[in-house]
Amino acid sequence: MIPELGHFALILALVLSLVQAVVPLVGAHRNSSALMAVGRPAAQGQFFFILFSYVCLTWAFIQSDFSVQLAATNSHSATPLMYKITGVWGNHEGSLLLWAMSLSLWTVAVTVFSRHLPDAFLARVLGVLGLVSAGFISFTLVTSNPFDRLLPAVAEGRDLNPLLQDPGMIIHPPLLYMGYVGFSVAFAFAIAALLSGRLDAAWARWSRPWTTIAWVFLTAGIAVGSGWAYYELGWGGWWFWDPVENASFMPWLLGTALMHSLAVTEKRGAFRSWTVLLAIGAFSLSLLGTFLVRSGVITSVHAFATDPKRGLYILALLVIVIGFSLLLYAMRANKLMGGGSFGLVSRETSLLANNVLLTVASASVLLGTLYPLFLDALGLGKISVGPPYFEAVFVPLMTPVVVLMMFGPFLRWKDDDLLAEVRRVAPAFVASVAIGVGGAWAVDHLTWRTALGLSLAAWVVLASLQLLARRLGERAGASAGSRLRSITASWWGMWLAHFGIGIFIIGVTMVGSLDRHLDVKMKEGQHAELAGYTFVFRGAVDADGPNYDAARGNIELLRDGRSLDMLTPEKRVYLAQGMPMTEASLDIGLFRDVYVSLGEQLEDGAWIVSLYYKPFISWIWAGCVLMGLGGVFAAADRRYRRLAARDAAAAVDGRAGAAA
Amino acid sequence: MKARSKRLMLVGGGVALLFAAVALVLSAFQQNLVFFHTPTEVSEGKAPTGKTFRIGGMVEDGSIQREADGVTVRFAITDTAKVIPVTYKGTLPDLFKEGKGAVVQGKLEGGVFRATEVLAKHDENYMPPEAAHAVEQAQKAAQTLSQ
Amino acid sequence: MKAKFLVPLLLFFGLAGFLAFGLTLNPREVPSPLIDKPAPNFRLARLDQPEQTFTLEDMRGQVWLLNVWASWCVACRQEHPLLVRMAEQKLVPVVGLAYKEVRGDGAISTRGMSLEAETAMAVERGRRWLADHGNPYVVSVMDIDGRVGIDFGVYGVPETFLIDREGRIRYKHIGPITPESLQTQIMPKVEELRRAG
Repeated sequence: MIPELGHFALILALVLSLVQAVVPLVGAHRNSSALMAVGRPAAQGQFFFILFSYVCLTWAFIQSDFSVQLAATNSHSATPLMYKITGVWGNHEGSLLLWAMSLSLWTVAVTVFSRHLPDAFLARVLGVLGLVSAGFISFTLVTSNPFDRLLPAVAEGRDLNPLLQDPGMIIHPPLLYMGYVGFSVAFAFAIAALLSGRLDAAWARWSRPWTTIAWVFLTAGIAVGSGWAYYELGWGGWWFWDPVENASFMPWLLGTALMHSLAVTEKRGAFRSWTVLLAIGAFSLSLLGTFLVRSGVITSVHAFATDPKRGLYILALLVIVIGFSLLLYAMRANKLMGGGSFGLVSRETSLLANNVLLTVASASVLLGTLYPLFLDALGLGKISVGPPYFEAVFVPLMTPVVVLMMFGPFLRWKDDDLLAEVRRVAPAFVASVAIGVGGAWAVDHLTWRTALGLSLAAWVVLASLQLLARRLGERAGASAGSRLRSITASWWGMWLAHFGIGIFIIGVTMVGSLDRHLDVKMKEGQHAELAGYTFVFRGAVDADGPNYDAARGNIELLRDGRSLDMLTPEKRVYLAQGMPMTEASLDIGLFRDVYVSLGEQLEDGAWIVSLYYKPFISWIWAGCVLMGLGGVFAAADRRYRRLAARDAAAAVDGRAGAAA
Repeated sequence: MKARSKRLMLVGGGVALLFAAVALVLSAFQQNLVFFHTPTEVSEGKAPTGKTFRIGGMVEDGSIQREADGVTVRFAITDTAKVIPVTYKGTLPDLFKEGKGAVVQGKLEGGVFRATEVLAKHDENYMPPEAAHAVEQAQKAAQTLSQ
Repeated sequence: MKAKFLVPLLLFFGLAGFLAFGLTLNPREVPSPLIDKPAPNFRLARLDQPEQTFTLEDMRGQVWLLNVWASWCVACRQEHPLLVRMAEQKLVPVVGLAYKEVRGDGAISTRGMSLEAETAMAVERGRRWLADHGNPYVVSVMDIDGRVGIDFGVYGVPETFLIDREGRIRYKHIGPITPESLQTQIMPKVEELRRAG
């Protein structure tokens, strides 16, 4: 009964999303405030029904109702409660429902926090979001109904894929989806602005906090996913450039460009056409990512998760949404020309250059991801594009981005004197190169890549400090406290996020150059050495869990004769699917991780053990945390709220004027 | 500076950047594409020597052997028509099994494929697409021969 | 409308075209190389009477389906009620190929197990499964080591082959049969082959 209720609620949500799509758009066109006012309650009602539907599905998982096919294939009565709940989104149908729910959540957030927007504008935004929502809910209902029954019911479920039974998987998909879907708000604002022909500084200002928050979610989601891959996949890699990862990375790159482009459009009125295109592009790549992952065009291994009908449906959705947006753009873009003029040496130019570079980088990732598909489609053979391609393209493209990213903030808007500014930052730049080369030499790994990575990191750190010093020095004579207070939250956000990239680069460079790895056969009492650490195998014991059998190795970690830690990697076999799994064990430190995983047991009772030494790997995630925090600061700037209050007053005046 | 020449420089810079990026992508593709070959193609000498490529197929039953160090593994990969011996040093993926699909990446050295990477199939029911492709190719060839 | 603003739209349509074409490359759509070729012959022990064997010749003159299944295969469970209904309505005879019944099950290690022991286990498991879920097959045969499956180009379970009166494979269905695929794909082809004589 409950699954049927959930199904019914989802159908009601679809109806409401259609109402939300059509009525306010018609209202905005006819300038009827009664029709426009329908958008808000429709959006909120839609959210209520999707939430209800989602709770019903979760209930089927918690109750181990294996007459629901999705629960039967993705849960098990012995699965811990936490993984019963997260199992809901560990599959195609459930993750689509989660996608629709996060879209609806964003829409409700827009209705709550956008009271200052003009009615017609809000109506158009809600209409666009409603259209997207209708597309996704109908996709779920028509091709991937999560409430399908399995009759007769099976006695026991197949269990959630053991790889997904991990705390990282609890938060990774919701964060990622909030990020992906969050770009729909910036997209809806851009389309609403195109429809109304009103693309001004106010539009950019309204979009900025939404874009930034979506970007923060996406950053966090990608970072958590990468952390999950690091400790769950059992061989210490943190980024693989596989299509599923690329699907989330491409919108991140374009979203980053969008955030910066919006800043220029708001402050200087320039780049309007380009900003609109980026807003459409970032959301399009989110949709494309969903298509790539869900249609099976690329990951066709999961044959039962894909079905040509689904691929076709989502492709049609893609063509309609993106096609119409780009057509609308082509029709209206010539109205977007002009805006504040700027000199060749100005902050605008540096931001534009970085924007173009980020877009090109995003395109190169897209090309690498789809190239095997292109060749296959043209009958030119089967190939794979691995990490070497992406690294070869990405490093040269990102190097100027990082250099410019730190130079740009020194430049004034509109026009500046290149020579004076270059002279100002030259000492920091030269020092960075010296530190980079010297550092590479000091860690005994003098390759151009290590030197480049360390130089860039040093450049970010030194230039950040110099930028901060300069900002604080701007108000000579004021007290230190008032100088600090004079800096806005959005400036701190920019500073922190850029600084985080420096930290991130240190992590990537050090792990890339200095990590060590050893596979070794070990019997009880035997030891192995790696990177100055000693590993003593203290034997393996049984360590069965609720839904798996496991052997747990005990490996003592020593340095200079002192015991540091007892590492306990496991080899599990999940009972329901008979699937073996490697559970790594880590000794985490500020400057290095030691990472151990268990391979096979050999006939003579010895084990194959993999030992890894990962210097500075935590810095990768520390850098991501700083970037995310930077985004939070930027979005929390008081200016948005102050100006929102002013817009709200203006909107009320406007309404009063219209009524009079 | 005149607006016109400024515009020219911006556009020129953009075009130069685009060319640089295209050159970068092309050269990266040139050097880093990993081609895929079936065991039959490899045994016919169609695979490159000294260059990294991939072989897909099934791990032959009873072919897995370990050397004394425990971490070097020998096995054979087959598309049901031809068999290629493989050596690999390192830990095998959890789902690597005899009689199941696998994809190996590495170089051919003196008739033996020295793998640097071993990928096993994800799913109980299905093989990696490349492995399935190899078996399919071999069967197509067998069909053509029998006619 | 200026032409240059249409560039993003055109680029996107190019990409969408490729993606649409990519969808048709889905492995489920790729025709088997065996289509319209004589089915590989085999002689396998029957599940109900392991001392007796079954060959393609036994079905000569009939249009029939060869359904690859296993008790460990979850998707088979999904299509099984449909097969049972097909048998009740006597739509078309279905022969079951119990594919790697024991060694295909990831939960069981066959290391050190004799072929006899494995066969005995397969018989026990296969019969129990058919008793529990209904037996839609005119006969089921056991492909213990998966050799016949390889000859047929089986790379997953379930798969279903449509075989004509002369023993040629005329159609291959990958994945579970659905009521829709039965109605729109399989049965029209069966009717056509029957009419063809």
